[in-house]
Amino acid sequence: MPRLTGDARHRVRFTLNGAAVEGEAEPRMLLSDFLRHVLGMTGTHVGCEHGVCGACTIEIDGVPARACLKLAVQVEGARLRTVEGLAPAPDRLSVLQAAFRRHHALQCGFCTPGILMSLDSLLRERRDADEAAIREHLSGHLCRCTGYAPIIAAALDAAATLRGAS
Amino acid sequence: MKPARFDYVRAETLAEAHAVLAESGGEARVLAGGQSLMPMLSMRLARPNILVDIMRIPGLAEIAVEGGVLRVGARITQAQLLAWPDLSTRLPLLAAALPWVGHAQTRSSGTVCGSVAHADPSAEIPLALLALGGEVELSSRKTRRRVAAQDFFVGTMSTARRDDELIEAVRFPLKTPGDGFAFREVGRRHGDFAIVSVAVLVRGDTVRVAIGGVADRPQARDFRTLDGAALADALDQFAWSLEARDDLHATARYRRDLVRSFGRDVIEEARRCRG
Ligand SMILES: Cc1cc2nc3c(=O)[nH]c(=O)nc-3n(C[C@@H](O)[C@H](O)[C@H](O)COP(=O)(O)OP(=O)(O)OC[C@H]3O[C@@H](n4cnc5c(N)ncnc54)[C@H](O)[C@@H]3O)c2cc1C
Ligand code: FES
Ligand code: FES
Repeated sequence: MPRLTGDARHRVRFTLNGAAVEGEAEPRMLLSDFLRHVLGMTGTHVGCEHGVCGACTIEIDGVPARACLKLAVQVEGARLRTVEGLAPAPDRLSVLQAAFRRHHALQCGFCTPGILMSLDSLLRERRDADEAAIREHLSGHLCRCTGYAPIIAAALDAAATLRGAS
Repeated sequence: MKPARFDYVRAETLAEAHAVLAESGGEARVLAGGQSLMPMLSMRLARPNILVDIMRIPGLAEIAVEGGVLRVGARITQAQLLAWPDLSTRLPLLAAALPWVGHAQTRSSGTVCGSVAHADPSAEIPLALLALGGEVELSSRKTRRRVAAQDFFVGTMSTARRDDELIEAVRFPLKTPGDGFAFREVGRRHGDFAIVSVAVLVRGDTVRVAIGGVADRPQARDFRTLDGAALADALDQFAWSLEARDDLHATARYRRDLVRSFGRDVIEEARRCRG
């Protein structure tokens, strides 16, 4: 039974956007801090650190999750995806990202990585997601800039494009 | 907002988790989905010396029908229970209440048993467990027992669980023919904790009304079939007995008003849905 002592750093390994990564963390280190400070992956943002704002939302083993409500040591061996993993190539945006750009669905961009990760998983699970489903999903995120309307428009547009493509 | 130091134990068997709880003298905490515990650690409202992660223990990840009961293991998340194909026909009350528990992004981690262990007075799952007359399965290194929801919730975030026990599963009685159910909640925004939530079960000539968000724990009352003024009186008495208090979110008076008006509406709805 692995017991990791609180006063030492321990090795943590997992898969991030398809690549094996590792680093060291005290048990109390939040996954959001591990991603940003240990791995230097600063796409995942940190707002409230208690699960409310949604800025730190990533995907763990295929489902959306708050990175600020996980310990780094908890995700040993898991498969993680962050906003850095969305674009299919360095010079190409995903369908959802492109829709965000067209619809001005971001201003300061602070909330955007979390919202993209949530909507990406929603649209993968439910190609038929309608406005009500998108609004409900967005209830787990705070955006202080856009007023949400352009985000909903972008998500509906992306959903239509994805349906057309499949 | 960072947690203080603790040791982290990734339990691989139930016996290991039991041993850590038994040997820590109340200094250990179970870590399940972390959706309530992590904020408490970060805000330093909780400062355990040891966390026991139970999310890799085999055998705790089962949803099973046992007789007239759905047994939900400690690792089952709120999202997994929502996705159980028979939920809307066999546990319609939970089908109505679960979407109100936080957000899709928290239900994917938060467990059903964790919500029961946490025992927030406005939480939906404890309310549903109480309304349905469910039970909590507790085990420790030496003991195992079942406690009725009625006796399990003791006060605000306080339960009959002893420090060396963990919740292995919770048991929700399934719908029987002719039952009617309804659930409604008022909160500031969808996904916020309830100001008042109401769950109703109509069975035979009994109406059970359970109220969350008002007293220090969910509370239920059984009424014989009542109508009109008699029903209004009964709900009024129930509302006063909950000893509502003013807080940041609502006044005591508003909460009592909600119990009375929602109570009546939700009973109506449950009667209409009988079948
Ligand atoms: C933004 C946000 C909104 C939320 N909104 C709501 C809401 O509207 N309604 C609602 O009810 N909840 C809400 N929650 C809390 C809910 O998401 C949690 O999932 C739930 O309260 C606890 O379950 P958990 O698995 O996350 O438990 P944890 O956070 O891991 O644990 C909570 C407590 O229970 C104990 N515990 C957990 N599992 C066990 C077990 N098997 N045996 C013994 N002890 C155990 C832990 O030691 C801890 O004390 C919200 C949370 C967030 C972050
Ligand atoms: S930083 Fe994680 S939800 Fe706000
Ligand atoms: S774009 Fe600024 S918070 Fe959403």
